Amino acid sequence: MSKQRKAVSLISGGLDSLLATKVLLDQGIHVEGINFFTGFCVEGHTHAIRKQDKDKVKRNNALWSAEKLGIKLHIIDVIEEYKDVLLNPKHGYGQNMNPCLDCKGFMVKKAVEWIKENDFDFIITGEVIGQRPMSQRKETMPIIQQESGAGDLLLRPLCAKNLPETLPEREGWVDRDKLLDFSGRTRKPQMALAKKYNFEGYATPAGGCCFLTDKNYSDKLVDMWEHRSSRDYELDDLMMLKVGRHIRPNENFKMIVGREQGENKFMEGYRKMYPYIYCTSHNGPLTLLDGNITESDAELAARIAARYGQGRDADEVEMSVNYPDGKQVVLKVKPMLSDEIPEAWYV
Amino acid sequence: MSKYELDAKRLLCPMPVIRTQDKIKTLAVGDILEVVCTDPGALNDVPAWCRINGHKILETKTVDDEVIIIIEVSDAGDKT
Repeated sequence: MSKQRKAVSLISGGLDSLLATKVLLDQGIHVEGINFFTGFCVEGHTHAIRKQDKDKVKRNNALWSAEKLGIKLHIIDVIEEYKDVLLNPKHGYGQNMNPCLDCKGFMVKKAVEWIKENDFDFIITGEVIGQRPMSQRKETMPIIQQESGAGDLLLRPLCAKNLPETLPEREGWVDRDKLLDFSGRTRKPQMALAKKYNFEGYATPAGGCCFLTDKNYSDKLVDMWEHRSSRDYELDDLMMLKVGRHIRPNENFKMIVGREQGENKFMEGYRKMYPYIYCTSHNGPLTLLDGNITESDAELAARIAARYGQGRDADEVEMSVNYPDGKQVVLKVKPMLSDEIPEAWYV
Repeated sequence: MSKYELDAKRLLCPMPVIRTQDKIKTLAVGDILEVVCTDPGALNDVPAWCRINGHKILETKTVDDEVIIIIEVSDAGDKT
């Protein structure tokens, strides 16, 4: 009796990895899924934080895919290790701060480590030649194999027929004739295959779930780096980039102003880490201050923060400025008018 | 059989799932784990992870703004 061969599949939660895994399961391969959390797959976080989004259906797409396929899924925290990928990408960034080629190489490398530790035979991904401009091109596919150390243990079932044979094909663990020859940016073959498998309700986020492909998010990340002495970051920093209205009135500091009740509540958990401002005379948002604050900065921030509260039209409001060391200062300020806040201050 | 509690408050998905997964790796079959979260998405995601990895959900409830999920560690589950 031949040995049951085992593959680990990189499950992103999108359609391609769902299909690639299904193609291998249909060949009798034992497949388990692996999903890496870099800190930037944060598409569901807005829903989780904002009160107005509380009733929207939330799901983790990688878990949804695994359940649809009937396979185990291992979700692995790679936040620390991923910093080097993001900060020093050998192959550079894409349109925004997305280091897609380095990222794919990193994930496949982690999968190589995982199959060694767990006695699996090979790795599969949902990559398709020509699907993405940076990481999924015919020229870059061998780079991923080489730099990850996966070599011919990496099988791409959706476009395998357009690529050289891999070890699982040569050894007869999988039948190359039953693999596919997808290529290009069109999604029609994938959608047809999904229909054949009766897959409905799969996720279709543009650019995947990674917010490094998002211009607004990337702009905030770059602004954060440009105003700190180091580009190092923590998960909390990444969370803050998803929350609130970001305003930088000068080089010293940035304001994060809660936009609604859910955000204010979420930001309350960060009051020990940042100086913060709230209005004591009227209802208004919580504002966190990121940076080194002088007295005049605090007054400026209080005037801006007052703009977003119910006292915006009052001649004077009372704002409480609080520092992490416990110091509290109450300022009486005139709220800034909307046309006094330059567009350039909004990050 | 022992009972354990996991504080996953203030963490956003998938961190509550990752913490649950990592905690269960240290537990024995039959142990009970109570996971307390504030991300409402955990109410879907933690049970989904348990279903696909073979662990038993004993109870899920929302108390005030906290989501509580009680899990029994199963031998069919993933302990690798």
